[in-house]
Amino acid sequence: MDSKQKVRGFSCSIHQIGNLGLQLLWSLVHLLISIGYFVVAAAAAVESYLISSGLLTRYKVLNISKLKYLAIVIESDDAVQTSKVVQLLRWLEVMGVKRMCLYDAQGVLKKSKASIVKMLDNAVLFEELDEKDLLEKPKCMALEFASMSDGKEGVVKAANLLFAKYMELGNRDGLDDEFFTEAQVGEALRAVGCKGPEPDLLLVYAPVRCHLGFPAWRTRYTEIVHMGSLKSMRLGSLTKAIYKFTRVRQNYGK
Amino acid sequence: MRSCLFKVLCMGPIPTHFSFIMDGNRRYAKKMDMGEGAGHRAGFFALVSVLKYCYEVGVKYISVYAFSIDNFKRRPEEVKTIMDLILEKTEGLLEEGSIADQYGVRVYFVGNLKLLSEQVRIAAEKVMEATAHNTRCVLLICIAYTSCDEIVNSVRECCKDKMEVVNEHSAIQLVDIEKHMYMGVAPDPDILLRSSGEKRLSNYQLWQTTHCTLYSPTALWPEISLLHVVWGILKFQRSYAYFEKKKKML
Repeated sequence: MDSKQKVRGFSCSIHQIGNLGLQLLWSLVHLLISIGYFVVAAAAAVESYLISSGLLTRYKVLNISKLKYLAIVIESDDAVQTSKVVQLLRWLEVMGVKRMCLYDAQGVLKKSKASIVKMLDNAVLFEELDEKDLLEKPKCMALEFASMSDGKEGVVKAANLLFAKYMELGNRDGLDDEFFTEAQVGEALRAVGCKGPEPDLLLVYAPVRCHLGFPAWRTRYTEIVHMGSLKSMRLGSLTKAIYKFTRVRQNYGK
Repeated sequence: MRSCLFKVLCMGPIPTHFSFIMDGNRRYAKKMDMGEGAGHRAGFFALVSVLKYCYEVGVKYISVYAFSIDNFKRRPEEVKTIMDLILEKTEGLLEEGSIADQYGVRVYFVGNLKLLSEQVRIAAEKVMEATAHNTRCVLLICIAYTSCDEIVNSVRECCKDKMEVVNEHSAIQLVDIEKHMYMGVAPDPDILLRSSGEKRLSNYQLWQTTHCTLYSPTALWPEISLLHVVWGILKFQRSYAYFEKKKKML
């Protein structure tokens, strides 16, 4: 009995030592990855400097007409840095980007929208544009502000709107297929205030590449590019991201 | 070697749900000077390997974008080739010794199955029934699927449900919409890998990927290997604490 207990205790110790060894190896792997990311970030910083100083000539000419609507997703904790957001918008304005959506999950940007628009010389809120303005070539920057409430909650509101109409129509054969279509859901979303178009490009300023709940209905074919955190934003990296977008070719499933 | 690697990986959190967009089969066929159908077959072998790696490391849910509603716009010959391959491999899941058998996988076919031919739909239903008792792992095959269609279907089902139980206080809630999603049978994905370096989701799991790491290796789907699965898990582990904090805030 005694020797069995000793053997059990011994194998338990071996198991614990083994686990400790694996844990150390795991930590070492992640440390090496962090070092690797640091080196990559340093190289990106150098490249960004070369782009913004005009030394990398291929980024000088941007076919900005391909970018009809841009979305910027910002981590909510960083979205309080209004001056950084305004700086980013100024860079985009100089590049010729006129229509964009600023999104953060918790709606921090929505709360500061008035001050952001005020700090820019030539910007209006997207909701102030009418149909005629939307069809014409933009003269000034139009900014839309969105948050998580415009995503899933927007679909819930649209569903309730559709339900009210569905009840009015009553129950008849074939109604479901005719009534519930993507066009109808799209119209219901617009009716409840989720009006913005589908962005061509979505730039993510957050620790991780993720859309953080940007309205699902609007990101079917949107290119999603990770830019790093807002505090490390660079003009050169922004230029490169937009340049790469202008060279993308989509099949749309075909 | 692989089991040692997985033992190290398992010292950190493992994604519960790993999702894949299998992009690049046609480009692979062109690159290797093969027929288009051969590209899709090569893609299938890559899928089987990826499933094995994921199940071995402890991922419980795997979802794959097998065929989009938009893919019906392709040339009819290509659609037929893909559907024939899907039918062949679906029927293969019913055989003894299949991956479903080996790993105790419950298979779901998720999407607007009414758009499929009767043969494929019946085969899919047979597989779902035959694997319904499996509990170890889950495979969700998204076929005739798009996120927008999924949302429309969910709204439709919610409205039909509410029609049956109408009272003036009964509004559709978020939980109702999520209950009726095709993907409602699994938790949201933790990491989504799209091969071929493309940076868009192409109408796939747009609703479910609010807190999901997006990973786009440049390798074409048939070239996806253990290295990419491992790297994806390492990326997930690096972003785990961030997303846990985000989820707690909801």
